[in-house]
Amino acid sequence: MKARVHVMLKNGVLDPQGEAVRHALGAMGFDKVNGVRQGKVIDLSLAEGSSEADVTDMCEKLLANTVIESYSIEIL
Amino acid sequence: MKAAVVVFPGSNCDRDLAVAFEAAGFDVSMVWHKDSELPSGVDIVGVPGGFSYGDYLRCGAIAAQSPICKAVVNHADRGGYAIGICNGFQVLTETGVLPGALLRNSGLKYICRSVDLKVATTDSVFTSEYSVGDVMTVPIAHHDGNYFADAETVAKLQGEDRVAFTYCDNPNGSIGDIAGILSDNRRVLGMMPHPERAVDEAHGGTDGVAVFRALTGIVATA
Repeated sequence: MKARVHVMLKNGVLDPQGEAVRHALGAMGFDKVNGVRQGKVIDLSLAEGSSEADVTDMCEKLLANTVIESYSIEIL
Repeated sequence: MKAAVVVFPGSNCDRDLAVAFEAAGFDVSMVWHKDSELPSGVDIVGVPGGFSYGDYLRCGAIAAQSPICKAVVNHADRGGYAIGICNGFQVLTETGVLPGALLRNSGLKYICRSVDLKVATTDSVFTSEYSVGDVMTVPIAHHDGNYFADAETVAKLQGEDRVAFTYCDNPNGSIGDIAGILSDNRRVLGMMPHPERAVDEAHGGTDGVAVFRALTGIVATA
């Protein structure tokens, strides 16, 4: 089983890296970019018998810091 | 009086913190991240600055799951004293001992220079030798020192007088200019600036000495 976890800063949490990318795109002439948010993608290769609940547990305990980040899980 | 300083792979302020504790009169033991217990009779635990586990995933996130951190959390839960500086502050927020989180600096740059801090409360063992409004000059050295907590948490910290230090001129975007905070029982301090790097004339200043000196007195009488 494979799972993909997307981790993003929550709405309302300033993302200075995303802002820097937005500025760079603007300076390059991509003038239609209203906002950029940068996150992480974590691919997990899991033993048979693993469940989405296991991945949720991993996200809550380590992969995301839920004070500042939200996550979503894709089972591949 | 006994202090323990935690050492992770990538810690780089562990010896500085040990020297600051020793100068204040503590017997100091260094404890390795794989240890699962603190030495018996430890009065205070120091979680030092550095780049534990290479800052992988998030600063402090992997250190927070190490065996020694379980012991540090238990120590804090029992009402033990602890101080987390820089990466140590990040570790303590990741464990949940202290609220909030440290984000990338708003200017995106790693900043290494001395800054002025204002003492925001004297109601803790760490700040009892200062006066509210005292300005101290202490180095910072971080890339992810931008303190963040939701509005409710910040209001609670301010309402409960748990902001220990604020920046006079905010270098990193921290909400409310917050440079250091206290736990709800006021026995755990987390701060991004480095008081242990301002305890000797050779450091260029000794404004950090009082953090450690005050600690000795109060721990001794506790």
